[in-house]
Amino acid sequence: RGVPYQTVTLIHQSMVKRLPEHVQVDDPAVVKRLAKKLERQQIPLRSDYGYKVSLFSHLHQYSRKAPLTQLLSIPSTVIHPSIVRLGLQYSQGIVAGSNARSVALLHAFKQVIRDYTTPPNEELSRDLVNKLKPYISFLNQCRPLSASMGNAIKYIKKEISNIPSQCKEEEAKTKLLTCIDRYIEEKIVLAAKAISKYAIEKISDGDVILVYGYSSLVNNILCEAFEKSRKFRVIVVDSRPRLEGREALRRLVQRGISCTYVLISALSYILPEVSKVFLGAHALLANGYVMSRVGTSQIALVARTYNVPVLVCCETYKFCERVQTDSFVSNELDDPDDLMVTRKGKTQLENWQDVSSLGLLNLVYDVTPPDFVDLVITDLGMIPCTSVPVVLRVKNLDQ
Amino acid sequence: MELQAVLMAAGGGSRMMDLTYNTPKPLLPVGNKPLIWYPLNLLERVGFEEVIVITTKEVQKMISTDPKVKLDVKMKLDLVCIQEDADMGTADALRHIQQKVKTDVLVVSCDLITDAALHEVVDLFRAHNATLSMLMSKAHEFTETVPGQKGKKKTGEQRDFVGVDGTGKRLLFMANEADLDEGVVIRKSIMRKHPRMHIKTGLVDAHLYCLKKSVVDFLADNKSISSIRGELVPYLVRKQFSKSTNSPKVIDETHQNLKKNDSNISSRDEELLHLTQERSCWNDHRGDMSDAYHGGRLRCYVHIMDEGICYRVNTLAAYIEANRLAPKLFDEPAVHPSAVVSERCLIGADSIIGASCQISDKTSIKRSTIGVSTTVREKVKVTNSIIMHGVTIEEGCNIQGSVICSNAVIGRGADIKYCLVGSAQRIEPDGEHTTASPHLMSKACSA
Repeated sequence: RGVPYQTVTLIHQSMVKRLPEHVQVDDPAVVKRLAKKLERQQIPLRSDYGYKVSLFSHLHQYSRKAPLTQLLSIPSTVIHPSIVRLGLQYSQGIVAGSNARSVALLHAFKQVIRDYTTPPNEELSRDLVNKLKPYISFLNQCRPLSASMGNAIKYIKKEISNIPSQCKEEEAKTKLLTCIDRYIEEKIVLAAKAISKYAIEKISDGDVILVYGYSSLVNNILCEAFEKSRKFRVIVVDSRPRLEGREALRRLVQRGISCTYVLISALSYILPEVSKVFLGAHALLANGYVMSRVGTSQIALVARTYNVPVLVCCETYKFCERVQTDSFVSNELDDPDDLMVTRKGKTQLENWQDVSSLGLLNLVYDVTPPDFVDLVITDLGMIPCTSVPVVLRVKNLDQ
Repeated sequence: MELQAVLMAAGGGSRMMDLTYNTPKPLLPVGNKPLIWYPLNLLERVGFEEVIVITTKEVQKMISTDPKVKLDVKMKLDLVCIQEDADMGTADALRHIQQKVKTDVLVVSCDLITDAALHEVVDLFRAHNATLSMLMSKAHEFTETVPGQKGKKKTGEQRDFVGVDGTGKRLLFMANEADLDEGVVIRKSIMRKHPRMHIKTGLVDAHLYCLKKSVVDFLADNKSISSIRGELVPYLVRKQFSKSTNSPKVIDETHQNLKKNDSNISSRDEELLHLTQERSCWNDHRGDMSDAYHGGRLRCYVHIMDEGICYRVNTLAAYIEANRLAPKLFDEPAVHPSAVVSERCLIGADSIIGASCQISDKTSIKRSTIGVSTTVREKVKVTNSIIMHGVTIEEGCNIQGSVICSNAVIGRGADIKYCLVGSAQRIEPDGEHTTASPHLMSKACSA
C-alpha cells in the first residue's frame, strides 16, 4: 500500500496492525515484497545509497544524485507527467515543508483527475483509486510521504469511493475538483487564518519570539502579528545541513520585522533573552508527541529548562493516529552527502565511504514529548498536547 | 503525453560539402550506420515511441528505397518533407509543424552523436517548469588529421560565450562572438540578480532542446525568427531578465493551460502553484531579498556534460572523429557476420567491417571503417581510414588517413595518404597521392 502507516479507527472495525514497510528495510523478505509490488505497478525501485548507521538501518536512505527518473522512460507514459514533476520537485527539495508538499500533491491530483477517462466496463469510483496507487508508490519512492500528505490522500480516496455509480464522468470529475479546492481552502488557508487569530492573542508588545527553522505557519503568524502592529522581535534559530532558517529570516526581514539569527549551538546563550518559543509541526501524534524538524525537541527541552513557554502551531489536518515515543522507530534519512561541506575548495568528507568506521547520518525529523509543550494552537482553538486524541475522535465522528 | 520528439534532418551539411554533395547529411555512414540512426537510437533508448522527422524529399526517398539505408528502429517515424530549396531554418521548420505539436517538444538535430543521459536535461525542464532546457558538452580536441588540410586545424569558427550561475544549471547569458561588437556586454539587472556568473567558451552545443509548447505557438506568431540556435535561444535567454512582464503576445500569457479554454481552471491552478511556492522553503539563490527565481516566469536551463561522448557531425574533422568513436555506442560485432573475411588478414580490434564485404588475403586493416559491399583485394593496407559503401580497392594499395566515398574504385598499387576521394571516382593504378593533390575531389566540388 502506498500510505506509509496503518490507521486504526477508534470506533469502527479494528484492523490487524502490521508494521509499515518503510520501517523494515533491513528485512529482506519485506524488501522483496516491496520490489514485487512496485514491479506490478511498473514503478522502478530506487536503491539505497551509502552506509547506514546501524541504529537507523531499518530506514531507506537515498542519494539525490540518483533520481528515480533515470529509470523511467522519457516521455513518461506509466506515470502522469505532473506526478513525475512533483516527484522530482520532492526529491530535489524544491517543494519542501508539510503544507507546500500537500498543496503541490493536491494540485497534481487535480491534473490527474482532469486527464482521466474511465475505461469501458469500469467504474470511476474504483478505477480512479487504483490509478492513484502507483502514483502514490512513485511519490513515496521519491521522498517518503508526510503525515499531512497521507491524510490528504485518505480524504481524496474516500471522496472518490463515495461517488455514486450513476454519476456521469464529467459531473464526477467536477465534483472531485471542487472537493479538492475546498479541502485546501478549509484545511490549509482558512486554518492558517484561524491559527493566526488565536496566536496573535498570545503575542504581546515587547516580546522576544524564538522560531526554529522554517515553518510556513509560524512565518504567517509573525507576519500577521506585525501587520496588526504588535511590537516584537524575532530570533531565528537555524541548523545544518538544511539551513532553512535563512529563508525564514529573509521573509521576516522583507516584511520589516527585526530579527536575530543564530545556529542551534548558540541556543542556551540566547534563551535568557527569549520570552516565547513558537514552533511548527510536521505532525501531531496521537499520544501528544510533536513530530517536527530534527532539533525541535532540543529547543523545547532547553526552553523548558529556562521556563520559557513553548507554543506549537499545527493545523488539524496534520494530526495523525500514529503513536511514537522516540525518534528512531519511524523517521526519514536524507542524503548523507548533504553533510559534506566545501570550504576553500577542499571537501574533507569527500571520501567518507572509504572509511569503514565512519557513517554519516542526516536525520530529518524528531519527536518532542508533550511535557515540553505548553500549548498547541490549532484551527479548532488552543488545546493542551494531550487533547490530540479527542480532536481525532471528533474528526472521525464528523466523517 | 509529456514530450514529443522532433528530429531536424533537413540540414545541408554546408561545412562538409565534399561529403554531402552526393549523399545527404542524414544518411552519411558513420560506423556503417546512417548518421540519422544515432539520434533516433538515443530517442528509442530513453523510451520514445514516435518521432516527427523533418527532412527533405530526397532523404525520404532514399530511406524508403535504398536497401543499404536501413534505419532499424522500432519507433513510429512521422516524416514531414520540406522543400530543399526553401532555405528553412530550424525555427521555420518548427513553425511548419505547429499543428502536429500538441505538447512540449524535444528538438534533436540529426547530426548529434552522444551517449548523454537525457533525463538530466529533461529533469531540469520538469523540476523547474522551465521554458527551455538544453544540452552542452565540454569540447574535446580532435586528434585525427583531416585529409585535405595541411597542418593543424585552424579554429576559424567563432566562439560561443555561455554564462551560467553558481550551480552551473541556470542559463544566464548566451552570445556568439559574431554578434558581439567589441566586448561581452552583460546587463546590470542580470548582475544584480546573479552576482556570480561563470562564463564558459569551450563548450559544444548539442542542439538538443526541450521547449515548452507555448514557445512553438510563440514562433507561429513571430515569423521573423528562423533559427532555433541562432535566434530563438538567445532571445529566450535575454527574455528571462526583461523588465516587461505584461508585454503583448509574450510567452508568459500562453504559459497558462488553455486546453479547455476555461480561464477559471488555469487561474485556479496558478493560484495553487503560487501557494505552493509561497509555503515552500526553497530558494534557488541566496543573499538578496527576492523570492525563488526572482519572481521570473521564464527560465532557461542547461546541462553541461563533463564526460561522455557528444559530437555534432557537421565538419569533416567531426565526421572522422565520430567514425572513430561511434562503435562504442552500440555493441554489435565489429565484423558483420555476412562479410567474407579471409583467414590470413589482420583486422585490428578497433576496425569495423560492414555487411557483404569481401576482404582478401594478406590485408591489414587498422583503426578503419569498411562500408557495406566493399571489396578489398590482396595485400592492401588500410590504416586510420574511412571506406564507405560499394568501394573496390584493388591489390597492393596503401591507404592511410583518408576518406573514400561510396562506389569509388582505387586502382592497383595506389598509395593514398590523407586524401578525400569523392564518390564514384577512379584512382589510376600505381598513383601516389598525398594531401597535396586536390584533384582527387570529385568534379562537382572542384571549385
